[in-house]
Amino acid sequence: MNVDLRILRYDPERDKAPHWETYAVAADPMDRVLDLLIKVKAENDGSLSFRRSCGHGICGSDAMLINSRNRLACRIRVDQLGKKISVAPLPGLPVVKDLIVEMSGFFGKYRSVKPYLINDQPEPERERLQTQKDRARYDDTTKCILCAACTSACPSFWARPEYVGPAAIVQAHRFIFDSRDEGAAERLEILADENGVWRCRTIFNCVDACPRGINITRAILEVSSAIVGRRG
Amino acid sequence: MDYPFDAIVVGAGGAGLWAALELAREGVNTAVLTKLYPTRSHTGTAQGGVCAALGNLEEDHWEWHMFDTVKGGDYLVDQDAAEVLAREAIETVIELEHMGLPFNRTPDGKIDQRRFGGHTSNYGEAPVRRACFAADRTGHMILQTLYQQCIKHGVKFFDEFGVVDLLFEGGEPDAGGRAAGVVAQRLADGQLHTFRAKAVLLATGGFGRMFRITSNAHSLTGDGVALCYRHGIPLQDMEFFQFHPTGIVGIGILLSEAARGEGGTLLNDLGERFMERYAPKLMELAPRDMVSRAMYQEIRAGRGIGGKDYLYLDVRHLGRKVIEEKLPDITDFARIYQGVEPLTEPIPVQPTAHYAMGGIPTNVSAEVTRDEKSTVVPGLFAAGECACVSVHGANRLGTNSLVDLLVFGRRAGRQMARYAGGVERPRPIPDAVEAVRAELEAIRTRPSSGESAAAIRTDLQDVMMDKVGVYRDGKMLTAALARVRELEARHDRISITDCGSVFNTELIEARELGYLLDIAHATVSGALARTESRGAHSREDYPERDDKKWLKHTLAYRGTDGPTLRYKDVSITRFEPKPRTY
Ligand SMILES: Cc1cc2nc3c(=O)[nH]c(=O)nc-3n(C[C@H](O)[C@H](O)[C@H](O)COP(=O)(O)OP(=O)(O)OC[C@H]3O[C@@H](n4cnc5c(N)ncnc54)[C@H](O)[C@@H]3O)c2cc1C
Ligand code: SF4
Ligand code: FES
Repeated sequence: MNVDLRILRYDPERDKAPHWETYAVAADPMDRVLDLLIKVKAENDGSLSFRRSCGHGICGSDAMLINSRNRLACRIRVDQLGKKISVAPLPGLPVVKDLIVEMSGFFGKYRSVKPYLINDQPEPERERLQTQKDRARYDDTTKCILCAACTSACPSFWARPEYVGPAAIVQAHRFIFDSRDEGAAERLEILADENGVWRCRTIFNCVDACPRGINITRAILEVSSAIVGRRG
Repeated sequence: MDYPFDAIVVGAGGAGLWAALELAREGVNTAVLTKLYPTRSHTGTAQGGVCAALGNLEEDHWEWHMFDTVKGGDYLVDQDAAEVLAREAIETVIELEHMGLPFNRTPDGKIDQRRFGGHTSNYGEAPVRRACFAADRTGHMILQTLYQQCIKHGVKFFDEFGVVDLLFEGGEPDAGGRAAGVVAQRLADGQLHTFRAKAVLLATGGFGRMFRITSNAHSLTGDGVALCYRHGIPLQDMEFFQFHPTGIVGIGILLSEAARGEGGTLLNDLGERFMERYAPKLMELAPRDMVSRAMYQEIRAGRGIGGKDYLYLDVRHLGRKVIEEKLPDITDFARIYQGVEPLTEPIPVQPTAHYAMGGIPTNVSAEVTRDEKSTVVPGLFAAGECACVSVHGANRLGTNSLVDLLVFGRRAGRQMARYAGGVERPRPIPDAVEAVRAELEAIRTRPSSGESAAAIRTDLQDVMMDKVGVYRDGKMLTAALARVRELEARHDRISITDCGSVFNTELIEARELGYLLDIAHATVSGALARTESRGAHSREDYPERDDKKWLKHTLAYRGTDGPTLRYKDVSITRFEPKPRTY
């Protein structure tokens, strides 16, 4: 089948502003959008730039706005999108070139929630024990691949770029609810800040965007309740 | 810019991150350079598990793990290294748990373990539960956990900096020079920078992208391996490249061996569990080289599904609970990329190019060595998939790569810290970036009528897949060699359309293709010379293993007219080579 692939192009060394280009691409219905981008780069315009690595939804490189929703280009198929496909960089983040956005702010927020196990007890000789139930408690949020699809789909983040954003809260959740961790108080304090969890308006865009199927809104609510519980 | 450091780690996968963590703990001034954001590294895609003889569910011993590794590698494994691997696997996995890795748990709260191909109890008796896992995203959790610890310890990262050259002081390595740093290109603006350091670690991962059907990321182009080769360091055992039995048909995305570890079966067109005929004891859990060959034979005999070039992986009988709790990601891959429902349908699979057993030669301290006497290149280290220490010999066992990253990444960090404590920092090297700048400019400024990188890459991937795959013979390899030379000549005439400096991904891809060509050349030459069949290297014209002539490692040196081959002894400490049956 033939697909009309519209791409929002921008080269900071040549263009004053982003502009749309359309490419007619021969595609198989099972092709992913990433396959089409690679094809355009090989056959139409070698300067088309985008990030990609694993090619199967695990590395988080290629989140972008595809037919108006944040998706990983390597995980969404042509037959799910139809014959007209539009691709633009993730919203709400500065565009560097074509589909590449500036990610340092996003990773800075990730770092701000202390995304590492905090436990100062002496380590036992063997593994620490954890029940299957305790392990299941934070399973969902361990799946996050830091693709930024959620944060950049969030109207609260667009309105206030200082908002720490869903991805960072997901990462904090992963530790706050890990029975081995002792840093919950520090993290909850950070997230109780004016740019923390209270910015969430439960719009659910993040849940729709997450390629890992994480129930982000639930994670945010659990973190909010933990903050309230502590104050209670 | 010139950045002075004491240690540089190139690559932020499992191997690089653990090394960086050790260096940070030792207080060594370290920079990690990575062409991808660390969490994008391919370690994150590893699914099935990481092996360690913890014995949490049944009796197990590191000696058994060592034996399985040696036998799995068809006796080309250096046994001193395999011993280090099997012993230290246990403490590194425990340490990962202490760092917070969310392993699945047994009913009594210990790290859960599952079966994996080639891992047995009591020297080959029966499959043993040795693979520690976090669902089927073990690699993701290892990558995340190590990155988290690096953040905690304040490791300095240069994200999206691609290393394009290595620097030496006092001559090139073959003249006794020592590592002095690297040249890196900042992708965001295309500028070249020098990073000077006493100790340099290469942890750049694999190079499966030289094949058409592969489980490897687009970014796995063997950069560190090719850069060593270009500086006169030999590449070891390149002819051994693993094809994993269960890739998604046509595109190669991996469906982990964990599916078989949990009880999944392989079926041919007649619905037979054909592995019965090839490995009666271990069946589907025989080592990967054997299973991939068995699949090819079934396909050749016309027993592929519908007579085509694939077979079935069947997990239906495992039930929804096991499939959804222990194999969620691969179930999802089958649904998304193949449109198949594993709960109710068998999954079409075919072998996919997966893992490089060969690479940069190192000793057990992760120091790079440069000849048959294992002479060390001072200050240069390698670990992870780009290195060949050699714990995998002619064929790697499943879950042994992640262990390799942990054990030898950790050793690399420690040894680098010791080394850096005893030497002076190299002096600035005038014009350090000029050689590579000229190479990049030549590509950028060549008139756009030249060759296209994308076309050459496709041709390379085709020839490697069709002629240097699971089965090989002298005729195919000779043809492949001629073809690779032709492609190299075309690569010299490559041109691009993007003249910019910001994220010039076209330029980067052209350079990466050059690395793949170098590596392919060494691979084909080694394969053509090795007139025997061992592990993943299967010559139809020489079907037997020949220990008298070939129980030795290949060292390929880059020459102006193709590689020169030399050979190095295998270290044999505990287990004498025996015929390999399962
Ligand atoms: C799909 C899949 C599943 C697997 N499952 C398992 C499993 O279950 N168990 C197991 O043991 N093994 C498994 N493996 C193998 C194992 O995952 C890999 O061998 C291992 O992760 C490689 O890690 P690494 O640290 O060497 O490199 P990688 O994780 O590949 O990292 C390479 C790093 O080098 C950087 N880099 C590369 N070139 C440059 C450059 N020029 N400049 C700067 N930086 C550079 C990259 O940015 C990246 O950070 C699997 C492999 C695949 C493909
Ligand atoms: S929570 Fe989901 S969408 Fe957000 S960064 Fe993580 S994986 Fe991406
Ligand atoms: S390329 Fe890795 S997530 Fe798409």
